[in-house]
Amino acid sequence: MSESVGKFLRQSALPHIWCPGCGNGIIMRSVVRAIEKIGLDQRKTVIVSGIGCSSRSSGYMNFNTVHTAHGRALTFATGIKLARPELNVIVMTGDGDCTAIGGNHFIHSARRNIDLTTVIFNNGIYGMTGGQYSPLTPFSAKATTAPYGNLERNFDIAQLAIAAGATYVARGTAYHAQMLVDLVVKAIENKGFSVVDVISQCPVYYGRKNKMGSAGKMLLWQRDHALPVQAADKLEPEKRQGKFLIGELHKSEAPEYTAEYEKLIEAAKGKGDGQ
Amino acid sequence: MAVEINRRYCKGCGICVELCPKSVLVLDEIGKSTVKNPDACIYCGQCELRCPDYAITVVKPVKKEEKA
Ligand SMILES: Cc1ncc(C[n+]2csc(CCOP(=O)(O)OP(=O)(O)O)c2C)c(N)n1
Ligand code: SF4
Repeated sequence: MSESVGKFLRQSALPHIWCPGCGNGIIMRSVVRAIEKIGLDQRKTVIVSGIGCSSRSSGYMNFNTVHTAHGRALTFATGIKLARPELNVIVMTGDGDCTAIGGNHFIHSARRNIDLTTVIFNNGIYGMTGGQYSPLTPFSAKATTAPYGNLERNFDIAQLAIAAGATYVARGTAYHAQMLVDLVVKAIENKGFSVVDVISQCPVYYGRKNKMGSAGKMLLWQRDHALPVQAADKLEPEKRQGKFLIGELHKSEAPEYTAEYEKLIEAAKGKGDGQ
Repeated sequence: MAVEINRRYCKGCGICVELCPKSVLVLDEIGKSTVKNPDACIYCGQCELRCPDYAITVVKPVKKEEKA
């Protein structure tokens, strides 16, 4: 066990409850490694999660942690950040939590460009409740509620985040655990709304339903279907077919919400002329 | 031992066994990861990096020159 895992995870809560081979543990480690790399103060860092298997991560992480209601992690995180803008607020959320019940909060957090980092554990399924499809379940993939294949098209959540105004958007995978550390570092460092979409494996529901084999095979699937953005630019469109982009997908500048809010407070206070 | 396995944490998912490029690890009779070929280990750390359960630590041996 590495030092960051020892220091930044609550040892008394381990081993965690996730199923054998679940990607959640890999992603959680990359996030704590990123926090360690930047050297964030444990006491000034807040981890907020919603509800789902992945959202259980907040309970294992040794920071100020809040395990909130389904879909509402971003709303609690927004409140915390507005009340205490000096805190580093990181949101851990599942694809169902973030993009189904929490979808509206997601786009509006992006629109406001509030300084939060959102890590989406994207296993393409509702793991906790038994494998129902989510808005990120790929078209035609199977789920317990789509036994003949999903008729709905999935969101490209990274594109949605960019369109809605997020100022840092990246995609990683559980397989590329090392690269994920760097993506999360950049996401945290961005002063604005940052999203890291992490393609992960739920071997128990998604994997079994879609006959993807063992957790190890699902990780190798991620390796074989991920296309680093730098390499993708040089490839003909046919060679990109069936693959997804990983790496830094978007970076832009925009006014950050809590900073603007502070300015407004100062302006509204006036110049102490008692008027 | 180069690869240390915390048996209390291991859930036997087999990721380390499948991803080790040198077939160092196997699942034992109760399905937990165990070191079978310690001498084949090249200390690449692939198993530790992707163990979802934090059950593996790869300890690089200290080279003789460095010891001095
Ligand atoms: C208001 C409300 N609606 C529904 C649920 C049931 N529920 C719990 S977790 C979950 C979905 C979890 O999926 P996801 O966010 O993708 O996380 P995963 O379990 O896959 O990590 C649902 C629908 C709930 N807890 N609260
Ligand atoms: S049900 Fe799926 S997502 Fe939930 S802990 Fe198990 S493998 Fe992970």
